[in-house]
Amino acid sequence: MADATPSLHSVPALASMFRFQWEEAQQCHVLLYPEGMIKLNQSAGEILKLCDGERDVAAIVAALEAKFQASGLGGDVLEFLEVAHGNRWIRY
Amino acid sequence: MAIAGSATESASARCGPPLWLLAEVTYRCPLHCVFCYNPVDYTRYGEELTTEEWLRVLREARKLGAAQLGFSGGEPLVRDDLEILVAEAHQLGYYTNLITSGVGLTEQRIKAFKDAGLDHIQLSFQDSTQELNDFLTHTRTFDLKARVIKVVRAYGYPTVLNVVLHRLNIDHIEQILAMAEAMGVEYLELANTQFYAWAMVNRDLLLPTREQVERAEAVTNAFRQRVGDKMRVFFVVPDYYAKRPKACMNGWGSVFLTITADGVALPCHEARQLPGLTFPNVREAELSWIWNESPGFNAYRGDAWMKEPCKTCPERSKDFGGCRCQAYLLTGDATNADPACDLSPHHHVIEEAVLRAAEPQPDVRKIVFRNDKNSRALSERRVLEEPKRQ
Ligand code: SF4
Ligand code: SF4
Repeated sequence: MADATPSLHSVPALASMFRFQWEEAQQCHVLLYPEGMIKLNQSAGEILKLCDGERDVAAIVAALEAKFQASGLGGDVLEFLEVAHGNRWIRY
Repeated sequence: MAIAGSATESASARCGPPLWLLAEVTYRCPLHCVFCYNPVDYTRYGEELTTEEWLRVLREARKLGAAQLGFSGGEPLVRDDLEILVAEAHQLGYYTNLITSGVGLTEQRIKAFKDAGLDHIQLSFQDSTQELNDFLTHTRTFDLKARVIKVVRAYGYPTVLNVVLHRLNIDHIEQILAMAEAMGVEYLELANTQFYAWAMVNRDLLLPTREQVERAEAVTNAFRQRVGDKMRVFFVVPDYYAKRPKACMNGWGSVFLTITADGVALPCHEARQLPGLTFPNVREAELSWIWNESPGFNAYRGDAWMKEPCKTCPERSKDFGGCRCQAYLLTGDATNADPACDLSPHHHVIEEAVLRAAEPQPDVRKIVFRNDKNSRALSERRVLEEPKRQ
């Protein structure tokens, strides 16, 4: 598999097989794919919402830090993206 | 037959949403597969739901929380309103899957589906050799499927191929794998025939021997090793050679909802054959009542309906006692343990079928193709048999 370690300059986008959306009946963001549905926790949902294939990781981190009035989120975001890429939810 | 239709009112309070909706939009099909999972008496059933009726079903199910939607049949492409249904489903937020033999999937239609927001296409093949394929589907469709795969890929869909394995094609496993590789297939499902409906009628001709299954699995494993990540291959062992039943439908009325061509709501696409249960029609009842309250959907929810050995078995929360339809087909009582389980007192019926499979090849000319004429004949037989069952 390709190198799964993202950098701040990587530009993540949702892999084409997935559909990402807020699911009212589940009260959470989900990823839909041919075999089923992955329920996401809040932070995973917030990060994936920003994986639009245009923003790079640095911009995603900045947007999240602004939204949640926090700092130092970079490590957590990179860690999640690595897992997400390992699961083929996203591509760069 | 006495079936605990009312024993589980309390279960309805516990049930979650029907996450998967399977829309069997038609029973019509240009193919004649000998393992077809449509009811053998499909010719008895009434008019197909109209476009408007399907649209209402899609909206109601989405409101209940359905997120995955499969369009199947029959061959769903024979409905020329499929694009309309896909577009509405996409708008509603479903992940939309088209399950098709590929017959009728022109480039024009793929483009229309893509524009309508179709997420996924699963193609089914019968075999990799044209002759056998044509023998098994009774039509010349192999070249067409190869062409369809190309177009599917051109429109950005992952290529997902489902091949139903059975006694007559399982020894061609090398060719099947080679064909899938040559076509650049990304996901290959090798699903051994499950014995319901038409496959049950043809069981003695379709059940592979244990050696055949083991060989095919070994060949598949070696292939997986060689191709690595390029293709994901799933090999589904036939129930008859597993020691435990499958967790059928993830439990009755738990996540799956099937709507048949004529509007009957079912907990599984084979449930229609179960005696003593009536399943509501979406023309007559609202889906939320059907899913949450109707006796048919509550009949085998939870585990209150179980008998021994399932009743006290520690594995019952894992496999839910297996498949109700298989239990009924093979033991005459849907509340029995699925006889695929080797703890079932009826497991010998499986062993007997397996023993018969080891005997010399039966006469393939006896095979019953799925078509209207055979369906009418089988319907008559069913009507004659039914009184005896009471
Ligand atoms: S199994 Fe074959 S005959 Fe049956 S609906 Fe599918 S393609 Fe048609
Ligand atoms: S006895 Fe019933 S619950 Fe236990 S493993 Fe067998 S089928 Fe499953």
